Amino acid sequence: MKSSLALRKYQSFFRLRFLQGLQYRAAAAAGITTQFAWGFLLIIAFSAFYEADPTAFPMSFQDTVSYVWLQQAFLALFNTWMMENEIFDTIANGNIAYELCRPIRIYNMWIARSLANRFSRAVLRCSPILIVAFLIPKPYRLALPPDLGTFLLFLLSLVLGTAVATAFCMIVYGVTFFTISPQGVRVLFASLVDFLAGGIIPIPFMPDRVRMVLELLPFASMQNAPLRIYSGSMPAEEIKVTLGLQFFWLIALVLIGAGLCRLAEHKACIQGG
Amino acid sequence: MITMENVSKSYKVAKRNAGFGEAVKSLFHREYETIQALKNVSFTIQDGEMVGYIGPNGAGKSSTIKILSGILTPDGGTVLVDDRVPYKDRIRHVGQIGVVFGQRSQLWWDVPVIDSFELLKDIYSISPQSYKQNLEELTELLDLGELLRSPTRQLSLGQRMRCELAASLLHDPRILFLDEPTIGLDAVSKLAVRDFIRKRNQLHGTTVLLTTHDMQDIEALSDRIILIGKGEILMDGTLDDIKKGNETIDETVAELYRSFDV
Amino acid sequence: MKDQFHNQSNSPIDESLSTITQKESTVTMHDAQTTFSNKSQGSIKKKSALRLWLHYVSINIRSAMQYKLSFFLMVLGQFFVSFSVFLGLYFMFQRFHSVKGYTYNEVLLCFAIFLMEFSLAEMSARGFDSFSSMVRTGSFDQVLVRPRNEVLQVLGSKFELTRIGRMLQALLMFVYAIPRCGVDWSFSKILTLLFMLIGGTALFSGIFMIYAAFCFFTLEGLEFMNVFTDGAREHGKYPIDVYGKKMLFFGTFLVPYALVQYYPLSYIIGKSDNPLLTFLPLLAILFLIPSYLFWRFGVRHYCSSGS
Repeated sequence: MKSSLALRKYQSFFRLRFLQGLQYRAAAAAGITTQFAWGFLLIIAFSAFYEADPTAFPMSFQDTVSYVWLQQAFLALFNTWMMENEIFDTIANGNIAYELCRPIRIYNMWIARSLANRFSRAVLRCSPILIVAFLIPKPYRLALPPDLGTFLLFLLSLVLGTAVATAFCMIVYGVTFFTISPQGVRVLFASLVDFLAGGIIPIPFMPDRVRMVLELLPFASMQNAPLRIYSGSMPAEEIKVTLGLQFFWLIALVLIGAGLCRLAEHKACIQGG
Repeated sequence: MITMENVSKSYKVAKRNAGFGEAVKSLFHREYETIQALKNVSFTIQDGEMVGYIGPNGAGKSSTIKILSGILTPDGGTVLVDDRVPYKDRIRHVGQIGVVFGQRSQLWWDVPVIDSFELLKDIYSISPQSYKQNLEELTELLDLGELLRSPTRQLSLGQRMRCELAASLLHDPRILFLDEPTIGLDAVSKLAVRDFIRKRNQLHGTTVLLTTHDMQDIEALSDRIILIGKGEILMDGTLDDIKKGNETIDETVAELYRSFDV
Repeated sequence: MKDQFHNQSNSPIDESLSTITQKESTVTMHDAQTTFSNKSQGSIKKKSALRLWLHYVSINIRSAMQYKLSFFLMVLGQFFVSFSVFLGLYFMFQRFHSVKGYTYNEVLLCFAIFLMEFSLAEMSARGFDSFSSMVRTGSFDQVLVRPRNEVLQVLGSKFELTRIGRMLQALLMFVYAIPRCGVDWSFSKILTLLFMLIGGTALFSGIFMIYAAFCFFTLEGLEFMNVFTDGAREHGKYPIDVYGKKMLFFGTFLVPYALVQYYPLSYIIGKSDNPLLTFLPLLAILFLIPSYLFWRFGVRHYCSSGS
């Protein structure tokens, strides 16, 4: 009973945020345009490289195209640079003290809010991009998943990836408690993580040794995992390992983040925010 | 001299309702509402007058100030400030007026106040002699002294407002528009601000138009009151005109608002 | 922290640039606003505008230096944003040896120059880039009650020195690529490079100005402008013909990126020997005309809607 009430608190928080996110239709339209143009340019650049030397391609051209489109469609779910200004502001201007007065855990509240934001953004944006990407002529078309099983695994991995990315952002929020330069910390993290996650170039395109290390890090569990499972060219063994890593990193990051938040709450209590 | 004749202004505002259905609906269709901010507003203010411009929130006070300071173009009517049409010749106009928005700061947050003043000196192209002279006078009257060396972010609200006033007067404008200059100030600061505005008016004959919700401001500063409600001028007169017997100024104004149903 | 800057508070720029006396500029300011008939008045006003802009720059830098750690982290962050793009490029060329006939070092040179153009514009025109907050908080009203051109004031409102981080990254790549790309530097090629920087900075400033002008109409959905700013910066690492004929057309006639990137670059790396290409980047400055007109239109809209 008590726990269901507690859950409802976060549910209503989630709902509020989700609705708020839906209001920004113009932002969504703009986001779709941006991401579509972005994906398009990336794909043309890849095709230019493919022309130069098809044998040097680490994955099939079709898989690369699918990777790029899915990346653009679900960007809102797993990118780490779209953090929440409101949370940074709350920390910076000391309004965090009010939040501490409410009978809720900061960590849970923030994660509910971040997930809601990510899902509402993605809901508005993914379908137009996906529809267009499914319709444009080959070889730039987004391929359908090879079978239902792969698709379900992709969905599972996508949800896990979103959770890992959100949990990572929570750690960044936690860190800013202890620094005086949230924006600096943010830019620094965002640019590095984007690269390590395969946001600049897909991880398979990196040299083998780099790739092997990156695939073990939590960043690969954000977008690399679901986007590569989708095409169906990943062997079953590797899928198991990838999903396992996602679970592992999710738990690890949540533990670290929650611990950090506890510390931060403790610090805010002592210093009075 | 300031004249406004039959000035009107309306805005379009997007409607937005609560609820999931409405949020989805507004994705595709959005309704607009026209709000008449000013309806045939007319008044004249002579040189050297101090006028209190009062009215409830959203009555059109800010729109009037914005029109007079050249920020906003009215839909109709004529506006003249010392023979200038504010919105037609903005740059020439604003060089001759001072504006203080009580809720906003014109000072740079992280540098000493004097640095902001130095920049204003360049913005207004104030000559070194008059800058020095004005700064000295303002420093003395507003008791700025040490404040000038502190970054704005370290000032209290009252201290900041004194600096804001000085900032708006460095170029020695003949007309001063004050939009809620005493908002949020403590009693001592309010007195200081009022005292200063009165002195400035006496010494330089500066014309002052101030909006406020604090009726003590009006009592202390202006003989003349213009009341605006729902975009229309409802009353233009002196404090004595409306005061009855032993009522306090707040009671008087509350009575006034009630009688006009605003 | 603040004490260190006290000795600067009397604006070093004041002394160094006080060749025009204040009184003169007071008079000419107003005259020059109303008539442009007298040439000498016009030129004095321009000088005083530059002087005012430098004063703005100085106050911006003094403000930023109040938070040195934050400044340092931001510079580092900006550096890494572009560094990660460079790493991507580096890894791609570990696998592939050329793209559309361009070698790694040629692409690096292209990216370096384009990034320099972008960061110069970003540094100086950041006031436009962050203009939405100025409209939202109403501080643009503050701009309108000052007797100066709005563009000058908005430019002055934010000079973002932290973008030096990006500039640094661009310079490093440039220095690395120069001896390796096999360019035989002649006077006309150096001039081409200089014109590229000028034209590119103007072009990106114009794009930022258009972005700011949109803010007068709506504060939502301006994200699409990112395609033309951040998008161009990231994807402009390759010469634009890599993206095909249609994109080259777009980048030549609609938003003239190619004028400050592909065409003059092909002259520098010797793919073309048409000496006229040296001056082509200067044409991109014309892009400022429609940008400014649109901005004026936005200001007029703001004044009539008071949003």
